[in-house]
Amino acid sequence: MYEIVRKAVLSPNIVLMDVKAPRTAQHCYPGQFVIVKMDEKGERIPLTICDYDREAGTVTIVFQTVGASTKMMAEYEVGDAFRDFVGPLGCKTDLIDESMDELKAKKMLFIAGGVGTAPVYPQVKWLHEQGIDVDVIIGARNKDLIILEEEMKKVAANVYVTTDDGSYGRTGNVNDCLKALIAEGKEYDHIVAIGPLIMMKFVCLLTKELGIKTIVSMNPIMVDGTGMCGACRLTVGNEIKFACVDGPEFDGHLVDFDEAMKRQQLYKTEEGRAVLREKEGATHHGGCGNCE
Amino acid sequence: MADALHRVPVREQDPKVRATNFEEVCLGYNMEEAVAEAARCLKCKNPQCQKGCPVNIDIPGFIKEVQEQNIAGAYSVISKFSALPAVCGRVCPQESQCEAKCIRGIKAEPVSIGKLERFVADWARENKIQPKVEAESKGKKVAVIGSGPAGLTCAGDLAKMGYDVTIFEALHEAGGVLVYGIPEFRLPKGSVVKSEIENVKALGVKIETNVIIGKSTTIDQLMDEEGFSAVFIGSGAGLPKFMGIPGENANGVFSANEFLTRNNLMKAFDDNYDTPIFKGKKVAVVGGGNVAMDAARTALRLGATTYIVYRRSEEELPARVEEVHHAKEEGIIFKLLTNPTEILVDEKGWVKGMTCVEMELGEPDASGRRRPVVKEGSEFELDVDTVIMSLGTSPNPLITSTTEGLECNKHKCIVADEANGQTSREGVFAGGDAVTGAATVILAMGAGRAAAKGIDEYLSGK
Repeated sequence: MYEIVRKAVLSPNIVLMDVKAPRTAQHCYPGQFVIVKMDEKGERIPLTICDYDREAGTVTIVFQTVGASTKMMAEYEVGDAFRDFVGPLGCKTDLIDESMDELKAKKMLFIAGGVGTAPVYPQVKWLHEQGIDVDVIIGARNKDLIILEEEMKKVAANVYVTTDDGSYGRTGNVNDCLKALIAEGKEYDHIVAIGPLIMMKFVCLLTKELGIKTIVSMNPIMVDGTGMCGACRLTVGNEIKFACVDGPEFDGHLVDFDEAMKRQQLYKTEEGRAVLREKEGATHHGGCGNCE
Repeated sequence: MADALHRVPVREQDPKVRATNFEEVCLGYNMEEAVAEAARCLKCKNPQCQKGCPVNIDIPGFIKEVQEQNIAGAYSVISKFSALPAVCGRVCPQESQCEAKCIRGIKAEPVSIGKLERFVADWARENKIQPKVEAESKGKKVAVIGSGPAGLTCAGDLAKMGYDVTIFEALHEAGGVLVYGIPEFRLPKGSVVKSEIENVKALGVKIETNVIIGKSTTIDQLMDEEGFSAVFIGSGAGLPKFMGIPGENANGVFSANEFLTRNNLMKAFDDNYDTPIFKGKKVAVVGGGNVAMDAARTALRLGATTYIVYRRSEEELPARVEEVHHAKEEGIIFKLLTNPTEILVDEKGWVKGMTCVEMELGEPDASGRRRPVVKEGSEFELDVDTVIMSLGTSPNPLITSTTEGLECNKHKCIVADEANGQTSREGVFAGGDAVTGAATVILAMGAGRAAAKGIDEYLSGK
């Protein structure tokens, strides 16, 4: 069993938990993910790692309550335990293996959409620990869905918050914010964008135009997370890749987002979609503002 | 009932009934039937059947005990050779191993060795008899990677020799292919597999689930930091293959691994479990092996009209004869000498059909089987909404890419000595599908057994 040692409700439907998982905490890096399973009958749910503490042996996960399983998970309290917690899975972000000179030469921007702010955080924090502070855009549909802003400010050079409805920070989606920053004279040559598929798609369309290399983190449907089932396959640069073993990070300009979005619909029942609509309004995703 | 020439028939669930449930197809022998079948054994002085068994079970020895109704005695004979008799009695291809060599089989039907083994193992389970441990502790730790047939066998044998064994399993349940791959109706999980695993644990073997070697820790760390003197890699087959034809990423196309894992490991067929499965109405399973039969029969039980689409003829089907026979009885439609060329996709990204071509057999290829060639102008459309690809697997690089000095062959399988499992790394042994590519449960068990012996020799010499 894997005990929950800290819980924080970050927004009405986004929850953070520190989970005791020493083997994973010892070996994980930013960019990787874990799979959690609540109880015997539960699903295996993949979640990108938000933080880790090697000494305390804990791994931080952040999730949004989008279906029946994650709703039940959100009801777990400190002292409760997951039946299963396995990781780290997938590859660490490429930045980890780059030299200090290469990292320092980059003009980096991280774009976080909604609950996608969670997997952005450990990368920005890791860079901060290497002495590199980067810019971060945090975007969401409204103020309630902005998470980890204070934590991010402690490890980033600049944090730009933007909401679709203007209820907090700048007004507009993350692309509006990126365009504005460039208009204000900012220069970037390496972007990492993590958020809803539709957000990553539109960021990549814009950055392709702007000629800025963009890395995205994919979180498709998966079962085992070790390469065995192939459910998480994506088309990247006309090749089939498994997000669990080849990713989850890929060159965003090569990812076939339209296919990935269609595949994401596979197990969304009418009922599931209804829950999403009720929770998140007409856009029902993570809140990028680009959805019709 | 039996005579010398014919086997005692085994009772099975009626095909029409079983096509709608996940209960076990074969009901097995009762005591009377088993004793009658055992009487057919000639108790050969030079038993050929034993030579046909990858783990060398003393077959006439245990059958003699069955005939004398000493089933506990029969179990103790089998236990010396096999850690998983209830599994092997169900899923071994006996017709091409022990039973193929049976002398009785020359002029009549061979003895039903598999069904007798199953009877003995089931009797032992129902009577709560567990294998005994007598060995003195050797005071040395061995790590076993993977809890499938190779790992369980290797761990069980080492524990019997007195080693302190820990199995590391990547998934949340122990059993490997026995729990994620082979369906409930062929191998019941709750009773049969669970109790075989409990038997291995009763020997003192520890099982740590949710540990992925190569990610959660590495072989080097196990040996350098956690005090394991030797490691056995039995990590199994690996990543599913796809055909590379258009439309394969459409919604409704699955690997057999995914379809079976959802249904077997995650129990998607049972509404009490949370994991969903896409139940098609018209399902094509592409491939002709045992896994293809398992996937097809699972789809059928979930309510679909189901096809097997295979590019060669019935003679070349790699699946066991019994599986093909059961599949046909249940109503699976075999589209043989047929090969898919494209999966047709609707505007929303869902499967709406599959274009196929008919094949004919040409000259033998490298495998000795006649090579299928496309029949000109034979293209047709198969009306399906789901396609399950069952084309085999390629090795998972998780371990080989994180263990320096571990040699692989050109297929990326781990190179290991067949006699003792020794790899190119000192103290590291391997066996099963990770070495051979996808094969059978019993071959993996044979490799696990050979490696246990190899590990004992290695550690005894140290």
